[in-house]
Order: sequence, then C-alpha cells, then structure tokens
Amino acid sequence: MTGQPTGQPTGQPTWQPTSTATPARTRRLLDPSDATPTPRMSAAELLELAEASGLTGRGGAGFPSAIKLRGVLHAGSRPAVVGNAMEGEPLSHKDAVLLTRNPALVLDGLELVAGALGARRAVLAVGPEIDVRPVLAEAARRGNGVEVRQLAGGFVAGQETALLNQLEGKPAVPRDPLVRVTERGLDGRPTLVQNAETLAHLALAAQHGARWFRSAGLPEDPGTSLFTITGSSERAVAAPGVVEAERGTPLAQVLAAARPSDDVAAVLVGGYHGAWVGANDVQVPLTRAALAPYGASVGAGVLHVLDTATCPLETAAGIAGYLAGESAKQCGPCINGLPRIADSLARLARLERDPRLPAEIDRLQRLVTGRGACAHPDGTARMVGSTLRTFADHVEAHLAGWCPSRRQAHTGQVVGHGTQEVSR
Amino acid sequence: MKRLHVDWTRCDGHGACPELLPELLRHDDWGFPVAISGERDPAVPRELEEHARHAVATCPLMALRLYEAPAPAGRR
Repeated sequence: MTGQPTGQPTGQPTWQPTSTATPARTRRLLDPSDATPTPRMSAAELLELAEASGLTGRGGAGFPSAIKLRGVLHAGSRPAVVGNAMEGEPLSHKDAVLLTRNPALVLDGLELVAGALGARRAVLAVGPEIDVRPVLAEAARRGNGVEVRQLAGGFVAGQETALLNQLEGKPAVPRDPLVRVTERGLDGRPTLVQNAETLAHLALAAQHGARWFRSAGLPEDPGTSLFTITGSSERAVAAPGVVEAERGTPLAQVLAAARPSDDVAAVLVGGYHGAWVGANDVQVPLTRAALAPYGASVGAGVLHVLDTATCPLETAAGIAGYLAGESAKQCGPCINGLPRIADSLARLARLERDPRLPAEIDRLQRLVTGRGACAHPDGTARMVGSTLRTFADHVEAHLAGWCPSRRQAHTGQVVGHGTQEVSR
Repeated sequence: MKRLHVDWTRCDGHGACPELLPELLRHDDWGFPVAISGERDPAVPRELEEHARHAVATCPLMALRLYEAPAPAGRR
C-alpha cells in the first residue's frame, strides 16, 4: 500500500434515490446535479484515459478496463458495446441505485465508448429487479441509438457470455471461454462488456480527467466504488443500503454508514461468490491487495454483515444451496459438485456429528474450482472454503454437537465470535 | 507450449480422455476429467502431444481442444 484514502463514505445508504447533502470528494456517481458534459473521444484518447486513470471493472472481476479496450481495438472490425446492469447477485443493489438516480451518467459512459470505438451496436442490459423507466426515458430523450433492454434474470444471467447469449435470443447460459468476447462476442463482433458503474466512472474520468479520477482511492487502486451493505438480520445493520466510498477505505469505515450492530461475527465481502472477513479484521482496507489474504476481493462492492447470533454455517449452507440451484446446468462438475457441497455443508450446519464432513467439503470445493465455462463453481467454492477457514472453531463446535450462535441467541451470551484470524 | 482445454459446456463425462491421457487426466467423482496437475488447462509435454491429439479426435462430443499457449495459465 502506498497511499491512504482520506475520504469518508458518503451518501445515506438507501435502495432508492434520496437527496442527501454530502461532500463532493467521494460523491461522484450518485449526484445528477453535476451536469458537466461528457466529451467525445477518439479510440486512442479513450484508451489513454483508461490507462492513465487505472480504472478497473466494478462488476465483480475487477479487470482493467484498458486491457479490454485494447483487446476490442486489436480485433479490427467494428465492435459492439454492452453495458451490464444485470445485477444478478441478490445482495447487490448498487447498479439499481445508480440507474435510478443517475441514468444519464451510465448512458454517457456507454455513448462515450460506443462513439470512440465506432460501435455497430450499443446495448444497455438491465436486470429484471431494476426499475428501467428512468434510463429508458433518458435514452429516448437522447435518441442516440443506445438500445436499453430489460432481460430475464438469475444469478448467472449477468455473466458476460450468458448476457450476450440472451441478447442474441439464445438461452442465458455462459459460453466456453476459449474465445474471448473482445474477439467474438455479440453477433460475432468484437465486444466490450462493461458494468454499468464502470461506464459511469469512465464518463466522469472523461469529464474531469485521469488526474481527477486518481484523486480518490489508492495509487494502485484508484477511484471510488459503490458498496451495497446488508445484514443477516435486522439487528446486524440498522440502515442497509448503497454508499460510495474511496477504494482502499477500511471496511469498518464503509460499514459505519449502515450502522452495524456491536455483535458482528464477520462480513461477507464480495457477495455470494465472496469470502469472509472476521470481526477482528474489519479495519482491512477495501482494496485488492489487502483483501487477497482472505481470498476476498472488492468485487461488485457487496458487503454482508453477519451478527453473532446467526449461524455462519447455516448461512453459508443456504447460500451454497441457492448457488447450486442457480447453476446454468451445462458443466458436469458444477451440476454434480455444487449440490453435493451444499448438502454436506447443510449436514454440518444441522449438527450432524460426522467428523469427515469438513475434509469432504474442502475436497469437493477444490474439485470443482476451475472446472466450468464460467466462474460459478469457483465463486461457490471460494465462499465455502472461506467459511471453513474463517469459522473453523464454529465447525468444531458443530461437530461436538452444539452451535455457538444458537446458544447465544437463546441465552444472550456471546460464546464465541467464530472469527479466527486468517493465515497470511 | 500446448495446453489441453475442456469445453465444459460440451463435455458429458463420456470418460474416454482420462483413459487416453492417464498422465494428464483422471476421472472425478462423476466421471468427468480432472487435470492431475491442478491446472485449469493442463500443459501438454511434447512427448504426449500425439496422445493428446488422439484424445481430441476421439472425444464423441468434440469437447477437447489443444491450443498453443505462450503464457502459463493460472494454477488452481
């Protein structure tokens, strides 16, 4: 780490747009009153901007935008540009808030990229949970040829090739990744797929410059991100919602905006495909390097707070069961492995005292990793593996026939926070 | 260097490839191929290239590809 973010998370957490007076420094995305026009750029200028700003994707994978741009440019033929606002992660609401509060900025980013690349098609794909009316109205008012398409959802529907398949009228399942979408994507064209928030950041960087973009966040991880904060119960966080914060802001500082309870056991960073950060470690900066030892990443900015009275194994088993059901059911290891993982975790959660369970779950999560067309098995395995590591003491208690969380829920006594330090 | 890629959207766990390339692949719990090295797309040593080509040609679902990869792919 070479820098320290100075800003506070800003904006009142809320699913719906509200007018809140917050300082400008980190309040970039959710303030439609800032009406600076977005300039037009050539492909070379846009690439230079993406490189100089150091912008990375805000949809989950965190891939550098400049590399994707360069890939599409090298492909040669006229590309397609797709804005991804599918937001299939149930714990994420930031694209919904962004598209409701500031649809113009997302369209600005999409039009900027489409114009610079001379795109044949520019599409904004919007998930079924998102109110599409504001962005539809804004796109119609502009008449710039951006197609706004509200698509069917599901956890995997936002995966970029599943999204392209759905746009082409095919089932929303991922494609084999050997052919990159930057080479052959929508309608066979080189395709740039960028998350809606990433496009909004790109528009702002074009308006104010790369130096301005880098004035927030860390030198090695610049800018701001939207974070969605939820809790495992009403007790866990008092004010769940979406906030914007600088990259590198300590986790606890971002969470403070949602008023978390004093009894936090751990935070699931990165959502259902994410990893846990134990309560002892909530000062960790939200940046790629600092989160790596936990197996976590900033991802799409999903922060889910688990209180000490909620069983982490039951929570993880529930998530794993959900993810098993959300498999696109194309790839054998995912079809077969995920239900087995979820089932074994559920057995552990309901106090089945089979000492072989943790090793078997660990074996299975390793077995499915890297063996699918998309990262669905990898993400599920990441969350499950992190659960076993982070809550090792909790696992021991379950194998001994009792649950610390449930005992606490009954007696009001904190028995154990289930927050072992991760090894570094 | 060449790598072996499984197109998981096609693979049906027919089971031929681990038998033709036991040095590189084994069966998982459900009969689907697993790279013994733990690599996503296992590197194919030159002496096994011919066997790998044979496995690619034999796969009834055309789910295997042999491709040239300069950079080492990520281990899992």
